[in-house]
Amino acid sequence: MSDKFPPVLRESATFDRLTIQEIQRAAETGIYDIRGGGTKRKVPHFDDLLLLGASMSRYPLEGYREKCGTDVVLGTRFAKKPIHLKIPVTIAGMSFGALSAQAKEALGRGASIAGTSTTTGDGGMTPEERGQSQHLVYQYLPSRYGMNPDDLRKADAIEIVLGQGAKPGGGGMLLGMKVTERVAGMRTLPIGVDQRSACRHPDWTGPDDLAIKIAEIREITDWEKPIYVKIGASRPYYDVKLAVKAGADVIVLDGMQGGTAATQEVFIEHVGIPILCAIPQAVQALQEMDMHRKVQLIVSGGIRTGADVAKAMALGADAVAIGTAALIALGDNHPRLDDELKKIGSAAGFYDDWQNGRDPAGITTQDPELSKRLDPVEGGRRLANYLRVLVLEAQTMARACGKSHLHNLDPEDLVALTVESAAMARVPLAGTHWIPGQQF
Amino acid sequence: MKTIDLSLCAVRNLNQALHEQVSQLDDREWVVTHPDGKHNLAVGVNAALSIDIQGHAGYYCAGMNQKATVTVHGNVGVGVAENMMSGAVRVKGSASQAAGATAHGGLLVIEGDAGARCGISMKGIDIVVGGSIGHMSCFMGQAGRLVVCGDAGDALGDSLYETRIYVKGSVKSLGSDCVEKPMRAEHLEELQELLNRAGFDEDPKAFKRYGSARQLYNFKVDNASAY
Repeated sequence: MSDKFPPVLRESATFDRLTIQEIQRAAETGIYDIRGGGTKRKVPHFDDLLLLGASMSRYPLEGYREKCGTDVVLGTRFAKKPIHLKIPVTIAGMSFGALSAQAKEALGRGASIAGTSTTTGDGGMTPEERGQSQHLVYQYLPSRYGMNPDDLRKADAIEIVLGQGAKPGGGGMLLGMKVTERVAGMRTLPIGVDQRSACRHPDWTGPDDLAIKIAEIREITDWEKPIYVKIGASRPYYDVKLAVKAGADVIVLDGMQGGTAATQEVFIEHVGIPILCAIPQAVQALQEMDMHRKVQLIVSGGIRTGADVAKAMALGADAVAIGTAALIALGDNHPRLDDELKKIGSAAGFYDDWQNGRDPAGITTQDPELSKRLDPVEGGRRLANYLRVLVLEAQTMARACGKSHLHNLDPEDLVALTVESAAMARVPLAGTHWIPGQQF
Repeated sequence: MKTIDLSLCAVRNLNQALHEQVSQLDDREWVVTHPDGKHNLAVGVNAALSIDIQGHAGYYCAGMNQKATVTVHGNVGVGVAENMMSGAVRVKGSASQAAGATAHGGLLVIEGDAGARCGISMKGIDIVVGGSIGHMSCFMGQAGRLVVCGDAGDALGDSLYETRIYVKGSVKSLGSDCVEKPMRAEHLEELQELLNRAGFDEDPKAFKRYGSARQLYNFKVDNASAY
């Protein structure tokens, strides 16, 4: 190479540095990589949609003066006691075990201040979260760790989990460093085992059985509690139809951007579909069954801003759920932790080793010293602030679209920035009437 | 004694009446007639009642039972006594799949055979089966005891945690990490006590004991083929 043409290092698009590093890591260890969080790759998302504010053909509502409602009632189909939430942003299921008791309590506190619900996870219900959660959804998972009819009766709603967006078709895992005496006791496991959760429910298979299972839970709880069915987004059109046929009151649909406490990296990045394309399929299924707005739809997986909330609701969701964003609001990945995160091979803004229990924020850990760093009262305050901002932002956009309630947003308020997102979200490409894949 | 005739009323009426016994105990003895294979009979009971089901029951009979003693004079469908916490359930006939699944406590006695996945993810229940059990039984069994007076199907105790399994007859195959273990005096004593409670006249010395080799408790590259 002459001095006139100095060497240019060209990175391979196929074998980029990350890929090379992963091959080297695999060759060294012989086992797949496990991490927390959701997909890190860029997939079509709500950023690819825009809301159409009012002008001449529609008129807007006055910001701060004209009311824009935010409440939502969940479980109106069969439950004697539906849940009435002040805001349509709920807290997704995350387990005690994956999270510290302080984090669970903070989630309950924040949700209660904001007037919304929080959700248990694999491993049962803790007194901390029940005590601090005005509305608590109790998850019914394949493992049934900590499943207890007394807690079932204490819950405000029950969520039968078939899957989650980060890993549809996969079971949970909790590595040994987080299976402490308390966590192990709640799950009836030996202390320190790498806990494997089943991916299928142990006592039912398929939608016909699910109908009987839902009926059993309704019988046990005297038909009081709303029963949700949570689906990891992969084939939402069919899954939603089957869940509704089986008797669900509420569908929870989680896209591939949804987080997990611990799963194989390859699973997180390569299984499931983005929430953007899952919502229209679910809404279509509900509409064809004349169940849209009768069976409520909660969507999750990458909700970050009020714009995401507004766009999800415009596509037909009744409410959204947040998980990763709620942890960030509590203090996950905070810049003040950068030095400590660097010591464990990460940095603020990048930390995803939620599986190993060394979280300096005291959130994704069972270490008593680390857990103590999270003040549940302060964490709850921060979460409530964040929830308020989400709702204020969503209201701002809904008013601009001339809507007096977030539920009045509809697909006609949306356009897409890319051909892909137009096809997936089933809204026109901006500046056109074209919805790829549909007749017009 | 109260009798509920399911040819005249719905399952909802039965369960509601049983649940109301927690706040106001009217009668400890209950008889259910004409069950006709209906699902979800006597589920979520939380009182020390005696419930006699006079016929066959469908799915999830006595599901999540607490304190009650339930006897089924017939066969039962999937998930009998699933997630039971305490009390006792006796099936005079045979049981379908997932008998005693995920149950935390109490005693489940099946006088006939039990289908696949008997005791799946059991968390402390004692299950005694007079006949044989199907494949994948005690999969991921966490705690409690499973006693089988007949034979066991394929993959017994796959991915087992701390459940102890006693089988008198043949075992078609053991699942991953499930091994035969020596029968010591304390195990003979434990088994005798379980057989006595179940009312089975069997010799504990004729049984073999199976449990976890505990090799899958933590992920190891060398065990990759077992996952």
